[in-house]
Amino acid sequence: MAKKKRRNPFIPKGDPQSWFARGEPLLWFNASGVTLSLLLVGALLYLLTANGLAHFWPKPLYSLSVAATGTDGSENESEPTKRLYVERVRTEVSTHATGEQRSTLFRRGNRDRGDGEFVWVNDENVVSLSRPAELVRVLREAWGPAYGELQSLETPRGTVALSPDADQALYEALDRIDAVRSKMAALENGTIRKLNREAQRLYQRERAIGGDAPLAEELGKEQARLSAAFTGAQRDMLEMAQSIEPYWLTLRVDSGELWRLPLASVLAVQHPNSMSYVEKLESWALQLWAFLSTAPRESNTEGGVFPAIVGTVVMVLLMSVIVAPFGVLAAIYLHEYAKQDWKTRLIRIGVNNLAGVPSIVYGVFGLGFLVYVVGGELDKLFYSDALPSPTFGAPGLLWASITLALLTLPVVIVATEEGLARIPQSLRDGSLALGATRFETLWRIIVPIATPAMMTGVILAIARAAGEVAPLMLVGVVKLAPALPIDSHYPYLHLDQKFMHLGYHVFDVGFQSANIEAARPLVYATALLLVVLTIGLNLFAVLLRNHLREKYKAL
Amino acid sequence: MSAELSLKPRHLLPAKANKRTGMNVSVDGLSLYYDRHTKALDDVSLRIKRQQVTAFIGPSGCGKSTLLRCFNRMNDQIEGCRIEGRIRMDKMDIYHPRVDVSLLRRRVGMVFQKPNPFPMSVYENVAYGLRIGGLRRRRELDEVVERSLRAAALWDEVKDRLNENALALSGGQQQRLVIARTIAVEPDVLLLDEPASSLDPISTLKIEELIYELKSRYTIIIVTHNMQQAARVSDMTAFMYQGRVIEFDTADRLFTNPKEKQTEDYITGRYG
Ligand SMILES: Nc1ncnc2c1ncn2[C@@H]1O[C@H](COP(=O)(O)OP(=O)(O)OP(=O)(O)O)[C@@H](O)[C@H]1O
Ligand SMILES: [Mg+2]
Repeated sequence: MAKKKRRNPFIPKGDPQSWFARGEPLLWFNASGVTLSLLLVGALLYLLTANGLAHFWPKPLYSLSVAATGTDGSENESEPTKRLYVERVRTEVSTHATGEQRSTLFRRGNRDRGDGEFVWVNDENVVSLSRPAELVRVLREAWGPAYGELQSLETPRGTVALSPDADQALYEALDRIDAVRSKMAALENGTIRKLNREAQRLYQRERAIGGDAPLAEELGKEQARLSAAFTGAQRDMLEMAQSIEPYWLTLRVDSGELWRLPLASVLAVQHPNSMSYVEKLESWALQLWAFLSTAPRESNTEGGVFPAIVGTVVMVLLMSVIVAPFGVLAAIYLHEYAKQDWKTRLIRIGVNNLAGVPSIVYGVFGLGFLVYVVGGELDKLFYSDALPSPTFGAPGLLWASITLALLTLPVVIVATEEGLARIPQSLRDGSLALGATRFETLWRIIVPIATPAMMTGVILAIARAAGEVAPLMLVGVVKLAPALPIDSHYPYLHLDQKFMHLGYHVFDVGFQSANIEAARPLVYATALLLVVLTIGLNLFAVLLRNHLREKYKAL
Repeated sequence: MSAELSLKPRHLLPAKANKRTGMNVSVDGLSLYYDRHTKALDDVSLRIKRQQVTAFIGPSGCGKSTLLRCFNRMNDQIEGCRIEGRIRMDKMDIYHPRVDVSLLRRRVGMVFQKPNPFPMSVYENVAYGLRIGGLRRRRELDEVVERSLRAAALWDEVKDRLNENALALSGGQQQRLVIARTIAVEPDVLLLDEPASSLDPISTLKIEELIYELKSRYTIIIVTHNMQQAARVSDMTAFMYQGRVIEFDTADRLFTNPKEKQTEDYITGRYG
């Protein structure tokens, strides 16, 4: 008789364990959730990067022939086609009763010629599209770019004809003008700003001394000296401005007309259709750098975001400097010193709930209490000679930082408390048993070990603060503040100044500007920058924390 | 345990700088409540002599650690803990309201059941108590650190890694490091709460030898679950049960000829 094979008791008799019992659905659910979030983050970053960074790439210029159609759709006999020098922006598809219709938005530039800077063209009407090598894009301080063919250059020494092969004179002139422009900027930001400050101080002193005759005389002398210096500086400015005035660039625009542009306002001239890849890359880098390192122009729709970068960074750093000690001290008190009774628990619940208060409420509090009450009192006490013009009694850097510090305080407290709770009681006992007081134990054992947790708190605080905009609009952020809150003039960090912020800049450029199409790429670029900056600040703090954590990794 | 695990000093310890040789401890009518209902110690009275090793034995939860923690007032840390009765060290009441507990704890050192080195270097661990005490000069610190590590029979193993993190040491080394840290401040009374509970036989032996050597300069009070260990190292042994000291006698007599039935049951392994 055949021996019956013994069944393996660990193999179930019937069907294998059901799909559901193995927790498979949950797994799939989790996995798809994670994938979806990653995809969304990836899409966001891609959108910002593609749109933001591509803006600085020298895009090709087209010579576009459009069939001129009348309102009834019939061909216009006298002028069958129209030539436009344009840059492609985007194509949109719309469905009509007659079928699908593709139309493309082109940028014609030359805003100040008044022919319309942007134009929608029905793809059916495009007769021809070419990329002539001689087309140039002229980037200007005002009025956006100009497109055309180089014609001639007027200099104080005469007129030079320009052609694609002979444009050396143009670039030399541009270099010269650039040098003068940066000298003017230096004079403006250095000497003239300093004189302004001195004049203001003098004015205050004058008001303070009242009728004291000998002092008044001295002040008068001082004033005379100042105004002489002022006149001198202004004369220098004027001279420099005049020295670049006689330069004019003539372009032939798409209609065939000649157009004279003052070279003093020209920033760069590109010939994107004949540029090599390396040249394009170079130009891209230059434009990107200009974006990062200069102030905005044309009511923020052009130029750079440098003041906004500085404003954001300074504000966030100041906020961390304020929130870190307060949050850490509060957490230490709550966890190490306070009796763990219902009162402490109530405070803790309160702190946790503070994190959920809408941020605009903090803005209102900052304005109502910090700016008007605290700032107003400060002004009365220390800056009474400047009144009625407020010093700290108006929105400014300090109040914005403190408001955000309040906003992020719960984050730091909670993270620090968690860190403190993780430290085993035995370490405290060990230190106390050696005769250390509670404070010594705290200072020498607990705080060093809890530092990474505190850093985590500050990191979270930074992450939250760097992206916060709403409360800032009430307590110090403005649309345009070219003067940086930090510079080389005493007291270096100007706590009372209003400042620019990348988050608010995105809002302003994107939604408050008149020229949406021109500003759109800058919105992406600024948003990307804000993301990069936030990540950068976070990364910095994370690295710092990991460095500290190394030391206690066995705990 | 075999004969080669005998307790003979292998090296002579350097003399204690403060020349003191421990304190006599007397406990009178000590009761301790963790809260209103749990009485962890019930009318404990003991006389503990200097230059002797006194062991507390008893079943888990009988209050040995609690009693030990009374000697350096670690129970003060616990909220709601209340004490009645008196503990005196060389006639001085340690629960007098004006006593500074950090001063007391510098004289009454404690080694905990689980090794708890600080997450810093080996050197800094040993120097910690000295720095707290205000010693700053590097030369003196070096000297005391070496002396303490030698006394704890750890010097040879760590002399080349003094700057390494103490958490990288093995469990047995960590326990000896904690002992070194405690004797570095030269207390008079040493409280050891199951110092060898997590150690292998060799490390255990080293610690027992250490206790034997330290005896002449300290009052040593040790809690242990290991009856043989208590018999080997202690001069006096107290058997505790449910918060009370049932029997307190010389180790010889308690282990060979217990007077109380409960003691006998416990040491012969008939308890619970
Ligand atoms: N912090 C505390 N709060 C409340 N009760 C406590 C506390 N510590 C100890 N107890 C209780 O006091 C009693 C004695 O505890 P203790 O730690 O002194 O026992 P033990 O003899 O050291 O035990 P073991 O040998 O297991 O270490 C136990 O019943 C314990 O539950
Ligand atoms: Mg115990």
